[in-house]
Amino acid sequence: MTSSSLPLKNDAGAPARSLWQRQRWLILRRASQTLILLAFLAGPWFGVWIAKGNLSSSLTLGVLPLTDPLLVLQTLATGHLPYSAALIGAAIVLAFYLLIGGRVFCSWVCPVNVVTDAAAWSRRRLGIKTGRAPDADTRYWLLGGILLAAAATGTLAWEWVNPVSLLHRGLIFGMGGGLAVIAGIFFYDLLVASRGWCGHLCPMGAFYGLLGKKALLRVAAPNRKACDDCMDCFAVCPEPQVIRPALKKVGQESPLILASDCTTCGRCIDVCDKQVFKMTHRFDQRSE
Amino acid sequence: MDTGKKPARKPVEADTPASAARRKFINSVAAAAGGGCLLALGAGLYSKSAAALPAQALRPPGALPEADFLGACVRCGLCVRDCPYDTLKLSDLGDPVATGTPYFTARQVACEMCEDIPCVKACPTGALDRQLTDINKARMGLAALVDHESCLNFLGLRCDVCYRVCPVIDKAITLETQHNPRSDRHAMLLPTVHSDACTGCGKCEKSCVLPVAAIKVFPRQLAQGALPAHYRKGWEEKARHGGSLIGEQVELPVRGFDGPTAGRSATEAVVAPSGPAPTAAAPVAPPPVPKKPAVPPGLDSRWKP
Repeated sequence: MTSSSLPLKNDAGAPARSLWQRQRWLILRRASQTLILLAFLAGPWFGVWIAKGNLSSSLTLGVLPLTDPLLVLQTLATGHLPYSAALIGAAIVLAFYLLIGGRVFCSWVCPVNVVTDAAAWSRRRLGIKTGRAPDADTRYWLLGGILLAAAATGTLAWEWVNPVSLLHRGLIFGMGGGLAVIAGIFFYDLLVASRGWCGHLCPMGAFYGLLGKKALLRVAAPNRKACDDCMDCFAVCPEPQVIRPALKKVGQESPLILASDCTTCGRCIDVCDKQVFKMTHRFDQRSE
Repeated sequence: MDTGKKPARKPVEADTPASAARRKFINSVAAAAGGGCLLALGAGLYSKSAAALPAQALRPPGALPEADFLGACVRCGLCVRDCPYDTLKLSDLGDPVATGTPYFTARQVACEMCEDIPCVKACPTGALDRQLTDINKARMGLAALVDHESCLNFLGLRCDVCYRVCPVIDKAITLETQHNPRSDRHAMLLPTVHSDACTGCGKCEKSCVLPVAAIKVFPRQLAQGALPAHYRKGWEEKARHGGSLIGEQVELPVRGFDGPTAGRSATEAVVAPSGPAPTAAAPVAPPPVPKKPAVPPGLDSRWKP
């Protein structure tokens, strides 16, 4: 489990991988998350307006509207038909994630990902085994619940507490009370449920997961013959159940990780000393 | 007899892996559904309980009525970004305003009433209604001179600041002259808000010179009363139709009053009886009271020099 942090101890005698090789996708993801945040902060901080607004709805360079499609769905559930700016923005975002990969949002954009990754890392490091995660399907119920709540109350009820928008908005516009929710999620993931928030509860993750059923960008295990069952990938994966079918040919021959729960974070590629995994597209069936 | 039946059935069911798997599945679905619904319900209830807008929070111009606004606003902050005066803020969790929605506090920064209304143009969802094109038609709130005891104009001074700064001066706020009963020889010019012209921009509250503003701007639903829907103002109906709708009324004599009956408008020609007062009134007339100065109109602070 700890071999990822000790690259020199390489049983197979393969050349030790460089820091870049071991952390490439993590670095790229953090860069993506930071750059997206900076695009919003460059305006208020430096007067250079790249993106205005936040992840809920934004206007980039004064021309590109982007809107969270789940939020538009909730708005429609309340009985309000948004202006075309929001609808077009939602359509663009929808198309992007349908095409590229639903939960790419979770690992490459969402700011809460950094918090829950930190919690998961701490949990591994501290060897915390306490608690019990709720069923992973809870998020789909919650997704249905927030749409129902919007319809029943006529307000965007989920937005009162939604940690994703709370954190992103807070980072850009300033936050106080919202920090409590973010801290709550950190400690929930740390002490109560491993990968509890992103992997079991978050309705946004559930929504983007549904979008990504047929998305193009996929992680595959073409070199699965080299797997020495070290379990590093399972330990680090935020949705470990998605790896097995591709790696161990359980119920499928394809080396592609096809489950829509996969966030395409690429962390398994980073941690695997045998270089079993790679980032590829949906039609790449090559194996070995 | 019952005991004979049960053990015979139970082990068979419990031992099949299908039944265990089914039970596990049902358990997990129930837990997921219960947890998910509870969380959503909690969020819904919380949003419901916190949906009332507090008295000092004003929505941007063109905001839909609060209930609709909370369903339409996606909390993106684009209106905040396009506000050139940093008037608008987004609320955070724990603030008394719905999480993430835009508002402003008049006493801190008032709305400058930009003619092009950039905040409304920025809104992607229509939570700020683009039908508002004339900022003077905005109804962000309504000013009310709530404290007559500390307002300097009510004390007889000429502060007038709220009146002077009002962007809709002489329509939204007027100065109404009244006799000052304290000095008995001066006028009081009382700032008076008119709901048909006040935009609720908050300039008056912002610039009130007192340490705590005597004039405050409230969300309209807090600041205004409402007549019952079926009420009609007689004088308005009369003016609109060019005459009374219910015909001439029988004018009954009112005991104790001579001359014109109560209810006759002052503009109508009053024909005073020229003769002496009717003798019938004389026996019940109250004993003459010592003559005291007529009570002046206006407010009486009860303070006498």
